[in-house]
Amino acid sequence: MHGLINRAIQSFVRATYGRSCWLRVTEAAELGFVEFEAMLIYDDDVSIRVMDVLSAEIGRPKAEILEDVGTYLVSHPNMEGLRRLLRFGGGTYVEFLHSLDDLSDRVRLAVSDLALPALELRELSMTGYQLLCDPGLPGYSSVMVGVLRAMADDYGALVILSHDGQHETAEVITVTLVESAFSEGRHFDLGARAE
Amino acid sequence: MNTQDLASLLETLCPMFLLIDEKGDIRQAGPTLQKLRPNIPLVGSSFLDIFELIRPRTVTTIPALMSMAGAKLHLKFHDEPRTALKGLVAPLQHGEGAVINLSFGISILDAVRDYALTSADFSGTDLAIELLYLVEAKSAAMEASRSLNLRLQGAMLAAEEKAYTDTLTGLKNRRAMDHMLDHLTFSNSSFALMHLDLDFFKSVNDRLGHAAGDFVLQQAARIMVEETRGDDTVARVGGDEFVIIFKGLTREETLASIAERLILRLNEPMTFQQQTCHVSASIGTALSTQFRAPEAEELLHAADLALYQAKRDGRSCHRLYSTLSKAQQ
Repeated sequence: MHGLINRAIQSFVRATYGRSCWLRVTEAAELGFVEFEAMLIYDDDVSIRVMDVLSAEIGRPKAEILEDVGTYLVSHPNMEGLRRLLRFGGGTYVEFLHSLDDLSDRVRLAVSDLALPALELRELSMTGYQLLCDPGLPGYSSVMVGVLRAMADDYGALVILSHDGQHETAEVITVTLVESAFSEGRHFDLGARAE
Repeated sequence: MNTQDLASLLETLCPMFLLIDEKGDIRQAGPTLQKLRPNIPLVGSSFLDIFELIRPRTVTTIPALMSMAGAKLHLKFHDEPRTALKGLVAPLQHGEGAVINLSFGISILDAVRDYALTSADFSGTDLAIELLYLVEAKSAAMEASRSLNLRLQGAMLAAEEKAYTDTLTGLKNRRAMDHMLDHLTFSNSSFALMHLDLDFFKSVNDRLGHAAGDFVLQQAARIMVEETRGDDTVARVGGDEFVIIFKGLTREETLASIAERLILRLNEPMTFQQQTCHVSASIGTALSTQFRAPEAEELLHAADLALYQAKRDGRSCHRLYSTLSKAQQ
């Protein structure tokens, strides 16, 4: 699995549960190191061990943790750069939802060996959407629920999200837009390049 | 189509257009372009008062501009910030003026910051937002790669340093010495090579054990480092054998006095766990300047010959290869 994905989890654990928790996880998962390199590729098995150990360590199911990882990726100050890249998707939350169709291509443009599963947005009504997450990365749809929730806050939209089982091989997330301009949201300045 | 229809069409398609009349006065301006100069009403101004044509230089009048149909123009604002723009002129029929479409080109990175532009300021088909996305995404990816490279470089230097170091004494090892000698002989530098052998070391090792032997080697190493200059190379090249390379030093008197000091200090008894260890040192020295085209092997051999002479002369003394060769002649 790509180092960026492993590093996202590492960064989340350290920011949320502290450095010592992360050290215990790396120890118990028998990594032999404490720091993932963002630009190296690791065996999938390594990432799976980390998630298993982490889930046991903090006593929470993996899907729940991954949802929080998704939220962390967008809303934590550590991750401002990533939030900005997602905000390039569009000026409104609905535009952002539509831009998810291109997300895996956009990611590949930036980091050519980072392959994320394809996403497909289905517009059921003006306020009802389904996001279909292709298989290939276990837990990806959980992370996406967290990302969608945090991005709604970022745009100031009020949404209801639910994980709605499967459609063929894809996992389905249902997005109900209650109010597109519920709050101010966070400012996005095109020209303020992230540090 | 009348001018008004044309203007509203252009507003949708290219938010940075200008419609100028035959005299070069701006009749209509796209909303994004106007946003760049909030305090100057573009409509009514003369095109050439607002913009300077950078390329082609020869175009300084409106008729000349009109003749540039389809050609790529490079312009700048006359006033600050002097954002660079690219432009294209399309003259209207019957000499009624022209449409000039402008865009940022590479200046877009500064322009979005200078003018606080948003995605709404660009046409839906404009690649500006994708370009900005790519710049940020690639910069982030590059930064991650760069930090990995730095760490790998650090690890490589540490590994190389280790590979050139004798782990017991912290001195350079034989590999490092070979490397250094090759470098010095290749670059034709003048230097002295001292070959130092600890006398009676084997007996310390045999009588008091390896721990005592190791201690003596470490103390000897420390003395050699202390008695030499920072850019001299001190290497442990065998069990109790050392080579010291003095770069740029070929004065025999100086070398002899360094050797005397080394011998004097290495002769002092060392105490290891209440046991006294006695060693001494024999030294042979050769100079690169004694050979027309010095080679590493040759120099090592010459220093060796001098060292054996020192041993034959009763140990604990220093011999120069030069005196040896004179004796041989």
